[in-house]
Amino acid sequence: MKVAISSSGTTVESEVDLRFGRCPYYIIYDTEAESFEHVENKSGQAMGGAGIQAAQMVSDMNVESLITGNIGPNAFRVLSAASIKIYSGATGKIKDAVEKFKKGEYKQVNGPDVAPHFGMGRK
Amino acid sequence: MIISVASGKGGTGKTTVAVNLALSLNNVQLLDCDVEEPNCHIFIKPVFEHRNTVFIPIPRVDQTKCDGCGRCQEVCVYNAIAIAKKKVLIFPELCHGCGSCTHFCPHDAIKEENKEIGVVEIGEKSEIQFIYGKLHIGEMMAPPVIRAVKKHINKKRTVIIDAPPGTSCPVITAVKGTDFVILVTEPTPFGLNDLSLAVKVVRKLKIPFGVIINRSDLGNEKTDEFCTSEHIPVLMRIPFSKKIAEIYSRGDSIIEALPGYREKFQRLFAKIKKVKISQG
Repeated sequence: MKVAISSSGTTVESEVDLRFGRCPYYIIYDTEAESFEHVENKSGQAMGGAGIQAAQMVSDMNVESLITGNIGPNAFRVLSAASIKIYSGATGKIKDAVEKFKKGEYKQVNGPDVAPHFGMGRK
Repeated sequence: MIISVASGKGGTGKTTVAVNLALSLNNVQLLDCDVEEPNCHIFIKPVFEHRNTVFIPIPRVDQTKCDGCGRCQEVCVYNAIAIAKKKVLIFPELCHGCGSCTHFCPHDAIKEENKEIGVVEIGEKSEIQFIYGKLHIGEMMAPPVIRAVKKHINKKRTVIIDAPPGTSCPVITAVKGTDFVILVTEPTPFGLNDLSLAVKVVRKLKIPFGVIINRSDLGNEKTDEFCTSEHIPVLMRIPFSKKIAEIYSRGDSIIEALPGYREKFQRLFAKIKKVKISQG
């Protein structure tokens, strides 16, 4: 199973980025191979609709689960249509978040937990 | 001649200038293109005779024809479409109504339906034909409403356009195609910063322009220095005055309430015509 984690950097030592749509990278963790790779979030700097296109990209990579800080309504709609399980509320280093995820410490979310434009850094 | 009134920074006095200039001249059309919060009508108090609805075309997918190829998602530059499990998801609030998805769909699976985003109202008040646009609450696309207002431009009249603040798409939509831009500013660091951005926009659009310094006895000299070094004409100065603020708060016009201002705005118009010739 492949798991995507929103990340501020390219390694497992990087911090989890609390923003799903506007994070710079995703770390893709393969639970069977226990391997990590990173992909750039090309829509992170989009004028609008970053969450939608980020969700599109993640679902195109056949990811089954997503770990992030917060998830907005537009990204949520795409990810749920793609049947991707979303776990929000993650913080700290990627490797620690993965450990917590493996132990089942994150709860799956059933709806968005922030409003649109959360990742734009203003209210 | 079409004159637009813009600013960069909000709250510098665009509406004051647009309204009072319009009231000082004959055979005028005043267009309030600040469709996110139009307010010229408060001062003009026109009788509205016509009301038109503004729509944008939003795609609707016929699921029986769609095979989920994703071409519509590829061509949408506004990120308003996603494909999940071969199913098209549309986000209408991000759609600009450009029609690309409909045009490029290889299966003719997309039809457009109109979505109401605002209204345009047209009215009269003595010498002035007044038109304004109003974007509905929760809608984001100001430019189509601004374009709908500008469709009513009558070149036989002197046209004055009250533009929105800022330097983004709505401002450019309002200012584009006008013959002269008045940039209203105030002599403060914020006023100057946003003025310098607005100047870049107007220069890129290659439209003759000049500056009005409002609350001109406040702040510092930097705005004047900027205008001098950039060779930008200062068309008018309006002092910081409690009286003007009171008149504005009551919804009255300066030219009717204060002596000498009608002539000042008429001189402004004469100056604009001169500057336009020298810059054009």
